[in-house]
Amino acid sequence: MDRFRMIFQYFQSNSESVMNGICGLLALASVKMYTCFDFSCPCLPQYNRAYGLGIMFVPPIILFLCGLILNRQTLVMLDEWRRPQGHRKKDLDVVRYMCSSIMQRAMVAPVVWIIVTLLDGKCLICAFSGSMDPEKFVGFANVTTVQLEQLLAKVPCKDDELMRNNTSRKAVSRYLRCWSQALGWSILLILIVAAFLARWLRPCFNQDTLLQARHWSNYIDMEQKIFEETCCEHSRLFAHKCILHFFESMRQEIKLHSFNLPRQGEGDEGEEDLLQGITDQHQVNKLLKTWYYEKPPLDVS
Amino acid sequence: MDKFRMIFQFFQSNQESFMNGICGIMALASTQMYSAFDFNCPCLPHYNMAYGLGILLVPPFILFLLGFVLNNNISMLAEEWRRPHGQRGKDPAVLRYMFCSMAQRAMIAPAVWVSVTLLDGKCITCAFCTSVPVEALGNASHPLLSQGEIQRVLARIPCKEIYNGQELIANEVAVRYLRCISQALGWCFVLLMTTLAFLVRSLRPCFSQAAFLKSRYWSHYIDIERKLFDETCAEHARSFAKVCIQQFFEGMSTDLVAAHCHRPRKVSADMGEASKKLLGITDQGTMNMALKSWHRCKPPLHIHPPALPSGNGWTGEGQPPVHPSAPRRETAAYYSSV
Repeated sequence: MDRFRMIFQYFQSNSESVMNGICGLLALASVKMYTCFDFSCPCLPQYNRAYGLGIMFVPPIILFLCGLILNRQTLVMLDEWRRPQGHRKKDLDVVRYMCSSIMQRAMVAPVVWIIVTLLDGKCLICAFSGSMDPEKFVGFANVTTVQLEQLLAKVPCKDDELMRNNTSRKAVSRYLRCWSQALGWSILLILIVAAFLARWLRPCFNQDTLLQARHWSNYIDMEQKIFEETCCEHSRLFAHKCILHFFESMRQEIKLHSFNLPRQGEGDEGEEDLLQGITDQHQVNKLLKTWYYEKPPLDVS
Repeated sequence: MDKFRMIFQFFQSNQESFMNGICGIMALASTQMYSAFDFNCPCLPHYNMAYGLGILLVPPFILFLLGFVLNNNISMLAEEWRRPHGQRGKDPAVLRYMFCSMAQRAMIAPAVWVSVTLLDGKCITCAFCTSVPVEALGNASHPLLSQGEIQRVLARIPCKEIYNGQELIANEVAVRYLRCISQALGWCFVLLMTTLAFLVRSLRPCFSQAAFLKSRYWSHYIDIERKLFDETCAEHARSFAKVCIQQFFEGMSTDLVAAHCHRPRKVSADMGEASKKLLGITDQGTMNMALKSWHRCKPPLHIHPPALPSGNGWTGEGQPPVHPSAPRRETAAYYSSV
């Protein structure tokens, strides 16, 4: 039990680690989605490029939006940005810091998708097989333009009857895959170097502003969570009081309208207190009916 | 036990995360249902479209309704909507908030089904195989085939084993074409849904945050109040039953003393706790009579005050002190059982 409490407390105190967790999960989900997705190039001249580039760029947009939606801090940031000034002045540095941290985390899953796509190679082969220069490949050199277009479009489909034993198809495929993987690894290298530099050089610029912005963004996040918890707690107490008042008012009404003898025995005081003066079927029915037809006002003063 | 209580308390304090959990489970169930379902295209001209579109659209509708049925708050919404005003006004904003949040959660599983179906491609292939552009993809000028015959041949595209139109249009070409269209539709659908969700979520703080906070508080309050009231009634029923049964046994004991001239057993100080609990019934015959009486003639639902020694009862002024019920434990666990 203590362990759970500790884990919840840890998460609550460090919302950054929760967000990093969500970020990691989305990246894993992105890889899983790619492996589950049944990539099926249409192998038709006008559709290949749209399909290939579509599969490469539309899911990253979806993953980016998911990253923004699932991140609680997006709402906190928007709230802080749009709130009226009131008694607390607004610090745009904090909003900017939150915005950049949200964007960085949301970009991880799309980048993972794009890199996995490039390293796999299918998308680029599908998209650009039709733009190959036929002079480079023996099998496509002496073919009419129309037929060339059709043949090149069918390169991504290994099982097509025209392409089944075509060695030039394999050559085109390998060529495009090579480019795709080179592009994938280069992008990965550039991003990692950029991340490394950003982290390493950051303390050299505006470290104190950064510390302040980070502190206050954590504070705003924590404040909102605590406000929500306090509201929950308050509504529970409010409801408790409201129901007690209701039972009390029913008891008084019953006392006024009936000739119930006041209880004076010693034995069952404990239980009969819990009965709150409601001691027969009609009274219980009346209580339940009143609860439905005339809920008590929301006022426990 | 404490661990469960804490988990439930966490979920209850963050009821939204509980409902999100249910949402996620339904979305997973929807994917599982799709993979378990054995899709079987009829491969006949007029049945294909009905079957394909039926599988695409009917299960989401069922999942949507199921999302409402499984949501415990639907009865709370209905109750709040239909109750008379009484002493408490009704706030339509709260009702709208409750309905919107339930509808949003109920939409997730159907959206997952439609996305998975479109990305898989079988439904669209089945539904639209007769509309494949044969001129562009195959040999439109195939002789000896009437329109109807062509339709019948095209309708067999999803069923590779019985497809006999290879000269008209290659099976793989048609399937690839249809699957490409289906996957494009699928991704566009997912993009649209995600964009809508993002806009709904992010535009709210910009426009109506105060109203939103109010509605959220009061909808949560209504839920808690209902649960607390149910708990109070359950406790009351328990106490009622206990006192009723105690009075029944006491009544039996008194009757037996009066009818059989039993020497009333005085409960003296040196007798143990157990003897007191025997409630005056101390032999087999008496017990059997008590049991028979319980079955044949249950006591009325009316708890009378115990008989006073003076026999008069009403003392007039002296009101019994009002004891408020014991303060409730703050860590009581409330949760929606779905």
